[in-house]
Amino acid sequence: MTDRTLTPPPHTEPVVFTRDMLDWLPWIEPMAEQDMTERHLASLVDASRVKSPYFRLLARDPDVLEARTRTDKDIFYNPEAGLPRAERELAAAATSRLNGCIYCASVHARFAATYSKRVDDVQRLLDEGVGARLDERWDAIVAASVALTALPITFGPPHIERLRKVGLDDAAIADLIGAASFFNWANRLMLSLGEPATQGK
Amino acid sequence: MSDVIDTLVGIAPGSKLDAIRAQRSEARKHAQASYTSLFEPREVAGVAAYERHAIAAFVAGLHGEPKTDAFYAAKLPAGLRATVAAEVAAAKSTGPYGRFPKGPLSAEDAPGPTWKVSDTGRTALGARLPAAFEHTHMLVFHPRDAAAPALQALLDAGWSTTDIVTISQLVSFLSYQIRVVSGLSTLASSL
Repeated sequence: MTDRTLTPPPHTEPVVFTRDMLDWLPWIEPMAEQDMTERHLASLVDASRVKSPYFRLLARDPDVLEARTRTDKDIFYNPEAGLPRAERELAAAATSRLNGCIYCASVHARFAATYSKRVDDVQRLLDEGVGARLDERWDAIVAASVALTALPITFGPPHIERLRKVGLDDAAIADLIGAASFFNWANRLMLSLGEPATQGK
Repeated sequence: MSDVIDTLVGIAPGSKLDAIRAQRSEARKHAQASYTSLFEPREVAGVAAYERHAIAAFVAGLHGEPKTDAFYAAKLPAGLRATVAAEVAAAKSTGPYGRFPKGPLSAEDAPGPTWKVSDTGRTALGARLPAAFEHTHMLVFHPRDAAAPALQALLDAGWSTTDIVTISQLVSFLSYQIRVVSGLSTLASSL
């Protein structure tokens, strides 16, 4: 039997980048909660994710989902040295802005704004795109994220030099590379397996 | 077990970059676990091993990062390797391009082509892989053009919903791995 794609229920599609909370509607069938084995449930890592259609869809390949999630958490949440959390989130938001993932950008712009308290700058990145001028340090982080996201990849020694000049050490640069690269993974899943929807008010 | 990112970047035990990666030991371990679960899965259900490697070689070829390109090409038998190389040559583009949802962002639209596998490639790749390659090209170069009909094309070609999850993870994971290899190689050269 050939599977069919899903028709999402009536919803409002967000047409601008936003820091608002959005929903995500799958185009192919997530696992039903009652069909999930212990392995599927464990692959969610956070039990509460069983309520998310995105994670129940990815749980169809549980080993990859679990490895993906644990990679994600260490890149963004590990507080040890490296790049401050706000700027890891900035790299994620800039990458999502360039690739065009409105859902991912909303989540990570919220985090970037919360951790940096620079709400206006984060909003300007969303409104104006990756060419927005923020300050020297943030511009260097956004430019490096863009260079890692572009194809062909244009990230090179001048980006490293610029990052060092604004105060990033080698561990912080490695974190930036991890965060921007990871969102090239996350954006592609979010963009291609379903669509964002404005939350009902 | 050896770590693919360390191997491709050339990170030696005890080096400065080794110490930096060790500060993110969970990310390092699970990036490798992602690779293993995609290319050496506990059970190869759905997407066959040669199909996984063919798609991977196509993704790496499209990115053109020399070390990952050589690594994944080497996993294919000569005939398939030549077929993939010919499709890469025809498919290579620049990115990310694509359209935004209609509205204020339309001013930023960068429309571009939807790529199709060549007739020769279609014959050589068999029933299911051409659709997977066409989807892969979209994911790599213009992911914001994604829409439900692209997934229906995969289903119509004979892939299941679960296969689509695996293929999507494979292409997306490589989009990460290749950038990490590229980025860390650049960092290594300027330490």
